[in-house]
Amino acid sequence: MGLTDDDVREILRIIDESQLDELRIEMAGFRLHVRRGGSPPAEPPPDRERAPQPERAPEPGAPEPADVASTNGAATIEAPMLGTFYRASAPGEQPFVEVGSKVDPDTVVCLIEVMKMMNSVKAGVSGTVVEVCAANAELVEYGEPLFRVDPAA
Amino acid sequence: MTIARVFVANRGEIAVRIVRACRALGLEAVVGVSDVDRDSAAARLADRAVCIGPARATDSYLKPETIVQAALGTGCDAIHPGYGFLSENPKLARLAREEGVAFVGPPAEVIELAGDKLAARAKAAEVGLPLVPGGEVATLDEAKRFAAESGYPVLLKAAGGGGGRGIKLANDEADLRSLFGVAVAEADAAFGDPRLYVERFVAAARHVEVQVAADAHGAVVHLGERDCSVQRRYQKVIEEAPAPAVTPEQRDALTSAAIAFARAIGYVNLGTVEFMVDARTGEHFFLEMNCRIQVEHPVTEEVTGRDLVAEQIRIAAGEPLSFGQDKVALSGHAVEARLTAEDVAHGFRPSPGRLRRFAVPALAGLRVDTHCADGTLIPPYYDSLMAKLIGRGPDRASAVGVLADALERLDVEGVECNRALLREVLAHEDFANGAVTTRWLEEVALA
Repeated sequence: MGLTDDDVREILRIIDESQLDELRIEMAGFRLHVRRGGSPPAEPPPDRERAPQPERAPEPGAPEPADVASTNGAATIEAPMLGTFYRASAPGEQPFVEVGSKVDPDTVVCLIEVMKMMNSVKAGVSGTVVEVCAANAELVEYGEPLFRVDPAA
Repeated sequence: MTIARVFVANRGEIAVRIVRACRALGLEAVVGVSDVDRDSAAARLADRAVCIGPARATDSYLKPETIVQAALGTGCDAIHPGYGFLSENPKLARLAREEGVAFVGPPAEVIELAGDKLAARAKAAEVGLPLVPGGEVATLDEAKRFAAESGYPVLLKAAGGGGGRGIKLANDEADLRSLFGVAVAEADAAFGDPRLYVERFVAAARHVEVQVAADAHGAVVHLGERDCSVQRRYQKVIEEAPAPAVTPEQRDALTSAAIAFARAIGYVNLGTVEFMVDARTGEHFFLEMNCRIQVEHPVTEEVTGRDLVAEQIRIAAGEPLSFGQDKVALSGHAVEARLTAEDVAHGFRPSPGRLRRFAVPALAGLRVDTHCADGTLIPPYYDSLMAKLIGRGPDRASAVGVLADALERLDVEGVECNRALLREVLAHEDFANGAVTTRWLEEVALA
């Protein structure tokens, strides 16, 4: 029995919504192995050219874990949603983090406001903030770099 | 209010269409894109593109707060929702208004009224529009009583449905018994409204709809009608203007009814009043009103020479209609085919992928609304519409001829598409005679 397109979509949805990094399904005459992230699947890839797949795993619920991308040693904390970027909890308050601040994955690094809803963003990574990439009170897009963190420092 | 910069809250071909309308009006356009649409045709064509969220529409294109935030953050003074997604979502219309951003569509209250199919029926009855016999049913017994009186088959419809969604056909009492509970549950789950209504089923019906435009100053005009009877599972496949089997008397009756309804609900902006025309008796019945630009609007543009999307933006800016009813002249015939990335041979399953090649021939009388080109990715997350091909000519046969020619010479590689089916329909004797009904495609052409 083959899988329908709906089945495949459903599987992708489940993976997308889960915390799973890897999933194996084995049925008579059928094996599916999906792995999140960079490592290629053990099985040969499907014949469809560049089969589109969700590239990121959005994780619902507040506070939003930031998307962390790694570029030449430094990790980038990316905006998990579009909204207005705030470095402090209120005007006049100290920024959550500055260049040189130590962060761990649970450190709140900024707020992103979407229609008066304040969403706190966590670092998602350990290290030292080496750059603040976005300007306070400006619009940031989904996936836009907010901070760079040196994980070694 | 003055509009200088428009936020396009949609994707695909309609996002491209809206950006072009902004250009025609000398306005700037900002497109909100999901992560997979960053490199889309609309994004490249617009003055700016901002990423509003991940691929999944519920996390991007379907988030009213994010859309309004993005519009405000990019200095836009209007939001054009296109069709589908949030186009008929009163929350977006309301949120935009509260933030002082013009919503390119009717007021939230009008969207709510039109979206409640039972309330819309009541309003239509109030202004004397003919309705398919039927009404709200709270229990299976009520539905059975109605069906016994009017005769089977009957349609069970969700009050919160519309656009062909939330409809079930019961051929007899056994069907009705087995479908009723499911229909209630589905209506509640899909539309957040468990109310159902039942309607007599008209077996041989044509789908005819009237394009209306209304400004904020009380002017309401119509731009003629379209026939959209070539449908599969209530989804339109081919549309045309004018409707081939409508007499001048019927046209007058339909357009007057559409204007009366739009006036009665305080409609503002472009909208479409849908009717069912009984192919046997010629009677027409009000179905619903769509509070958005329609996919098939180009056929009306082609026979009226009006830019309907630009008109929508002007209306949203508070300007009076740029033309009166006496300036609406219909000329020639236009037929549109929806080219979709679907595998017809395998139950119309979506066929996403990357287009290795996409090229349309340059033909006199051919218009193509598309976001596709060589290398375009058709993502699996959204609607499978790739392009709308519109043939135009002095008469129906020549318009169909242009479209058939275009479909034949079209170059598509990389995904499965419905081109062969579209060609079959255009070449079919029944279609050439202009007499198809809404069940024809499934019962004759696909049988």
